[in-house]
Amino acid sequence: MQPHAGDDAPAQATLLTAALTSPHTTTGSAPESAYAISTRGLVKSYPGPDGTSIHAVRGLDLDVLQGETFAFLGPNGAGKSTTIALLCALARPTAGQATVAGADVLSQPDQVRRQVGMLFQHSALDTDLTAEQNLHIHARLYGMSRRHVRRRVTETLEAVALADRRRSPVRTLSGGMRRRLELARGLLHEPRILFLDEPTTGLDPHARAQVWEHLRTLRDRQGTTLFVTTHYLEEAENCGRLAIIDGGRLAAQGTPFALKAAIGDDRVTLRTGDDPAAHQVVRRTAPPGTITTLDTGGISLRVPNGSSWIPRLCAALEAHGIPVQAASATPPTLDDVFFHHTGRSIHTARTHPTPATIQPTRTTATTEGAL
Amino acid sequence: MTAPALRAPGAPNPPDSPDAAVPAPPSRLRRELRAVHALIHRDLLRLSTQRTHTALMLIQPVLYLFVLGGGLAALIPHTTLGVGYQTYLFPGMLMMTVQTPAIMVGIRLITDRQSGYLRELLMAPVYRSTLLLGSCAGGTTVAAVQGAVLLALAGAVGLPYDPLLLALLLAGMILASFTITALSLALAVTLRRPEVFHMLLGLVMMPLLFLSGGFFPIENLPGWAHTLAAANPLAYGVDLLRRSIALRVPDQAAAAGLEWFGRQPPLFLEAGVLLTTGAMALLWAAHRFNRPE
Repeated sequence: MQPHAGDDAPAQATLLTAALTSPHTTTGSAPESAYAISTRGLVKSYPGPDGTSIHAVRGLDLDVLQGETFAFLGPNGAGKSTTIALLCALARPTAGQATVAGADVLSQPDQVRRQVGMLFQHSALDTDLTAEQNLHIHARLYGMSRRHVRRRVTETLEAVALADRRRSPVRTLSGGMRRRLELARGLLHEPRILFLDEPTTGLDPHARAQVWEHLRTLRDRQGTTLFVTTHYLEEAENCGRLAIIDGGRLAAQGTPFALKAAIGDDRVTLRTGDDPAAHQVVRRTAPPGTITTLDTGGISLRVPNGSSWIPRLCAALEAHGIPVQAASATPPTLDDVFFHHTGRSIHTARTHPTPATIQPTRTTATTEGAL
Repeated sequence: MTAPALRAPGAPNPPDSPDAAVPAPPSRLRRELRAVHALIHRDLLRLSTQRTHTALMLIQPVLYLFVLGGGLAALIPHTTLGVGYQTYLFPGMLMMTVQTPAIMVGIRLITDRQSGYLRELLMAPVYRSTLLLGSCAGGTTVAAVQGAVLLALAGAVGLPYDPLLLALLLAGMILASFTITALSLALAVTLRRPEVFHMLLGLVMMPLLFLSGGFFPIENLPGWAHTLAAANPLAYGVDLLRRSIALRVPDQAAAAGLEWFGRQPPLFLEAGVLLTTGAMALLWAAHRFNRPE
């Protein structure tokens, strides 16, 4: 999936640039736009305590292509779920506009909801009823005829490999099975766009892989547009394009490849017998202006073409009599991309919501960001 | 599918051709009706899966009828009530039976909101009012089904199994269930926490039951109690059932119940009051529920 994303990158990047340079061309209500989702200046504020207002989403410009898998990456509280609620016409935007599946979320909410499926972060099934009964009720809510319901229930249960559990009460299903059943429920009315809010949170790796396998099949067979929010970097890596959201604002969007390429520099990490002394040597050897950091993991620096620097750095260190124990050069990861745009690691943000409680290893990282 | 008997006649099956990959989109009204039916279906499915729960809910009125009713029957002379105490108690117990599932609808709306199920419902491409109407119809149906089960005991309290009487009693129960369900929903959209709902129920349920005329005639109570009873939907429900019995079985006519300024209101006016109250409560709940986030 990743090479595929890379192949598409130039074409998608061109489209994206076109959209960004002329934002008004895509805001029309043409039903067959190239974009499955298009937003301009989307804002959502909630009344907070003491007459203040909480801005969950602050001016979002998003463009998601038809049939693409789009990841929405951000720490908890970044505004991901609020954005999804706005795009599904569940909540009304305070300002701005959004077109989803060719329909305006403000003026045609029903049309939007008919064309989108949704997998909520904390989804809910009626646990007293069977898998089949849950799907049946949901399909009827979408106004399907009984005959159509029967066919779709069978089809979707087979698609998520739950056909043999159709008569099991939901409370007897495992977490992964429930998630797949919710996926089936979201697919009953054959949506053109499927929103998935943290679809694999709380699942074990095996169940996560299964959910993604079903999602890929769905995209390949039906051409369904997938809009996935996640804070798992490896999941975002698998998507065609991704947007990074932080504090209700869009920090960056593009293909994983393009976003990583934009950072360019590789991270070179060295472990030596005397890290503080080696740090001085590395600073003198590296090109001027290079940011070098020293922490418990060793010395790290960001340079273009990192692997070619390893021999040079090693030679310089040997000359000063400092033994090199390990050296590595890694191309930028999505975590680096996230860090580059938000000034912190997504993992830090996830486990420690306030920057005041950042772990020691990340303290150096923060100084790097400050520099 | 698992409950073929539960199909509502209101949502007819459109004649799809079996080969059609995607049937033509149904009309707006049909989609709204299907959504209402889906919610009734959900309630009936739950009723059929939670058999123990249903049985337990039915036990309470039965106990009241035979233990309390049987015990007090010997103490209360026929002449004060016009009928035996068990017969007198019967309409009240029918009302008690339908009241529990009807009130549960409001509690479920709150728990569905908390569990996230409500959000799933809100994703459906129908009016929010339709979802509320569906919940109300579901609650009313479940209450009526449970009431109908208890109706089978009519013979045990000396009432004949007269089809028209049973139909009248069932109609009265459906009407009262609708009103209580609608009131419960109106309360549920206002109160967002189940604890508050339960507290309020605990506070008002007992007075509502005692002032319904189900256990003893209201006429023996002081004037202020009469005023409260005149504002008690349960009292109208009980009175409706009691007067239905009097209508069909005159020798089982109990002492007069509800009074407006010392006079008994006409039967249809009582039914009208219940219907109007229910409709108003439902409209108000829909208005509250429609507010976008």
